[in-house]
Amino acid sequence: MTTPLVPPSKKDPQKRTQVPVLPPMTRSRAALGLGVMALQGRFGLQVCADCQALQYPPRDACVKCMSPDLSWQDVDPSGTVMAETTIRVSPEPYFRERMPWRMGAVHLHAGPSLNCHLHGEVGRGDKVRMALKLDRAGQGVLIALPLKGSDVMQDDPVLRAMSSDPKHRRILISDARSPMALALTQALLRAGAAHVFLGEPETWLSWPERAEFEGLDNVSILPLDVTDVSSVAKLAAEIGGKVDILINTASYARPGGILDTDTTFAGNSFEVNALGLMRLAQGFGPAMAGRVQDGINSAVAFVNILSVRALSSDANYGAFGASQAAARSISQSLRAEFCSSGLRMMNVYIGPVEGDAWFQPLPPPKVTPNAVARSVVGGLVDGLEEVTCGDIARDVYARWQTDPLLLEREMTGGGS
Amino acid sequence: MNRLPYDGVVLVAPVSVPYVRYTNETAHWWIARALREALKIIDMMPQELDGLSVSCFTLAPDTPVGLTQHLGISPRWLDTVPMGGASGVAAMRRAARAVQCGDVDVVACVAGDTNRIDSFRNLLSAFSRFSMDATFPYGFGGPNASFALLQDAYTHTYGATREDFGKIAVSQRANALHNPQAIMKKPLSLEQYMDGRMISDPISLFDCVMPCAGSEAFIMMREDMAVAKGLPFARISATIERTNAFPDDPIQLRGGWAVDIDELWNMAGYGPKDIDVLQTYDDYPVICMMQFEDLGFCSKGEGPEFVRKHDLTIGGDFPHNTSGGQLSVGQAGAAGGYLGLVEAIRQVTGTAGPTQVIGAKRAAVSGFGVINYDRGLCSAAAVIEGGNR
Amino acid sequence: MSDLIANVTDALMSGQARIVDLTHTLDPDFPVIILPPEFGQCARFRMEEVSAYDHRGPAWKWHKLTMNEHTGTHFDAPSHWVSGKDVPNGDVDEIDPSVFVGPVVVIDCSQGAAQDDDYELTPEVILAWEAEHGMIPADNWVLMRTDWSKRSGAEYLNMAEDGPHSPGPTPDAVRLLLERDIRGFGTETVGTDAGQGSHYVPPYPAHYLLHGAGKFGLQCLRSLDALPPTGALLIAPPLKIKGGTGSPLRVLALVTS
Repeated sequence: MTTPLVPPSKKDPQKRTQVPVLPPMTRSRAALGLGVMALQGRFGLQVCADCQALQYPPRDACVKCMSPDLSWQDVDPSGTVMAETTIRVSPEPYFRERMPWRMGAVHLHAGPSLNCHLHGEVGRGDKVRMALKLDRAGQGVLIALPLKGSDVMQDDPVLRAMSSDPKHRRILISDARSPMALALTQALLRAGAAHVFLGEPETWLSWPERAEFEGLDNVSILPLDVTDVSSVAKLAAEIGGKVDILINTASYARPGGILDTDTTFAGNSFEVNALGLMRLAQGFGPAMAGRVQDGINSAVAFVNILSVRALSSDANYGAFGASQAAARSISQSLRAEFCSSGLRMMNVYIGPVEGDAWFQPLPPPKVTPNAVARSVVGGLVDGLEEVTCGDIARDVYARWQTDPLLLEREMTGGGS
Repeated sequence: MNRLPYDGVVLVAPVSVPYVRYTNETAHWWIARALREALKIIDMMPQELDGLSVSCFTLAPDTPVGLTQHLGISPRWLDTVPMGGASGVAAMRRAARAVQCGDVDVVACVAGDTNRIDSFRNLLSAFSRFSMDATFPYGFGGPNASFALLQDAYTHTYGATREDFGKIAVSQRANALHNPQAIMKKPLSLEQYMDGRMISDPISLFDCVMPCAGSEAFIMMREDMAVAKGLPFARISATIERTNAFPDDPIQLRGGWAVDIDELWNMAGYGPKDIDVLQTYDDYPVICMMQFEDLGFCSKGEGPEFVRKHDLTIGGDFPHNTSGGQLSVGQAGAAGGYLGLVEAIRQVTGTAGPTQVIGAKRAAVSGFGVINYDRGLCSAAAVIEGGNR
Repeated sequence: MSDLIANVTDALMSGQARIVDLTHTLDPDFPVIILPPEFGQCARFRMEEVSAYDHRGPAWKWHKLTMNEHTGTHFDAPSHWVSGKDVPNGDVDEIDPSVFVGPVVVIDCSQGAAQDDDYELTPEVILAWEAEHGMIPADNWVLMRTDWSKRSGAEYLNMAEDGPHSPGPTPDAVRLLLERDIRGFGTETVGTDAGQGSHYVPPYPAHYLLHGAGKFGLQCLRSLDALPPTGALLIAPPLKIKGGTGSPLRVLALVTS
């Protein structure tokens, strides 16, 4: 039932690039919780702490016992489509441009009735799996997915509009020398990426791993140094109009606390990890934001790979952690700034990477480049905003979500 | 406990201000027009009016409080009824008790809205929190999409056909051709209905109302005052209302009338068979069919068969929405919740003119409103009788 | 004395003498020396706009520069190396400015360097040069011409897994130059020492021995092929940086046409 996407033909240079138009963005405070679940790839609803009643739409008091104590919890996503409609008239520009639009009413087996988007492979009477996805307005929305979809179910236009799927898209990886660049390149090509550009800083410095990229089809290595504004500007001028996904892999790490770390090393950390991200965003962001509605290979996501130390400092990597925290803060600003265009900002939190010399003496578990590649591609396909990769990142992220102050005390050695 | 009858209070001065598709005039203007006309009928100066009930979606940033200063009236009893399509009956039953108990002498009940270019979209956007959070992000089909889902479920549960819904729309258009104030002035055949383009499947073009601007009003007063002024009037036999009925139904196949229907007929002292004319809330034909069932004119699920068996026009065996209803007159926002009641007052007082059902004495009126999320939350119904023998 | 200056001026104005620019352009892509990564690194040249006739400054354009003292074509002061830390007036701001202008000899090693990336400047090479051009006079700059400056990209540092490979002097060659009491030593490579200079005893002999003796260094020079073996005048004043161990600079040579 899903028509497989075909690679887009070349753009008609006489046609204006469509201006991004977004679905309705306004939500109540409680409903923002849908987005919080969606951005992590979770399906969940509010559950009453007093009577366990499941709530939908999101509320401020329990529909059964009026308790104000409602918390978001993961919920069984199975349901049945009770009714469907194909909307052919809508006053809202986003949907007008995409008519007809199917929606349905699903009876979630766990309780509530859900108005939702329908994947093209489901209809009235079908058992479905509900998912929360971020739409292009960055809001969490419900979509009914087939229990067992076809191989090309991801090509469904409604679902694709909520994902950052690399299929048929052109991707720039900012630092080819990153230990995960090769694995990422291979994973993106396997996922159907049309082309992978890799930035090469300091082309005057040879590196043997370069040879592994040189034989790959649809891969180009181009000069790019995130610490050099002119380098970023030069590459943006060259390929900025055809970067659909930008993955920032540039990272600079040195061990040491704040007291014993040279401020030059610290400065380098900030130059690469924080200001490098900012330079990339300034160089490539505006053109990407303008191309969010540019057909099958529209610009769709900006990916920043962060150390989970961005969330809570580790005194063994003080300046590095500080620069990662700054980078995360820049990511958050960018997310807000890209919001009006629909360009998604995805943060991928990782722990120490296997093979990264700067984390060599640390004990396992470490995250492998292949695992990072899987998480990045998976996060893109699922359209996420926050992804954790590896046991350490998952663990720290979860503890940070639960209690950041407790996490800090654990990190500084208070925990046993 | 038995409810007190509505003795001694009556409905007078039904007013319908002709609707227009778009207007630059404000809701204040439309409400003033209906009020002024109603006060003229009862020969009262605005400053003498001591009770006011208002239903309106487009008064913002004002409320009915601001409206009193705007219109120069100083009521001692002020009500605002935000129940959408159920507003007419709900306003009436509140006003009736206030007049009956002497809290107020006269209540002017008025509903109206403006309609500017794009104001329908803006109205929808801010319609309700649950709509904003959980309906409009899914295609922004507005009420069309919401009722499409209900009709889809109803159709597949009870075996209704598009022809059944078409018959309701076509009959109302036939009625509207007698009503010079109806927006729709051309006949509609079943074939044309069937050929209507899909708006939100299975809702097609002639299932939908035309959003427009307009206003409706009537006045509640003591019977002795109506007699003294020589006004034709109607008495209230019974009323019910219900909000957020059957919250555990996964999808709406019945309205709140089903909860309270026995009380309605018990209070009236007569039954559906004794009704001469029925005015249902008709933003979509499927809702009319649901009301035939839930008001007791037929059993649940027999709506389609009931429609097939009856002639729903003014001259038919089951006169229904004699003015043409919202489907043919237009939907002027909250005035849509008054349209049926105002027409019913005309019918039972014999003042309906070209849409008059010969010999109509008793009318049932029902309202339905406010798709807050996935279903209409407000339902109300009333049975009224002509008072002048 | 003023006649002498006038003669030089006349020679320049008439074209009998000309200026040769021995300097690379400061460019973010120009290589810098690479040390083992746990050490502090030489900052790359970076330039960011402060304003460009825009809202940040409507009528003017200017930049902020960041770099190391030893980025691009640069000057090494004695205090750059541990052996020279106690040399009197060993910082750039303390050096007697008269040493910034002076005679220069050029030893052409370009043929050897073309055949061997690890070409060594040995005492024998120096003595052979002296056999042809006479003994290196005291207080002269000595420049080692390799034509290495014509390389670009990765070829310039010429990194391999065992480190960079580029020509430079042997410890004995440096000692011989010190015997000649030269003013300073300059190269076309990224340092005054050979790429593999860390394997000599002492490691980095040019840095270690020259700076220990209060001599100066120049590196990342270019266009040495435009200089005569003897008879040119070198103009190489570093920036006057308080406590500075070196400085990017414009290096010029005055030569007879």
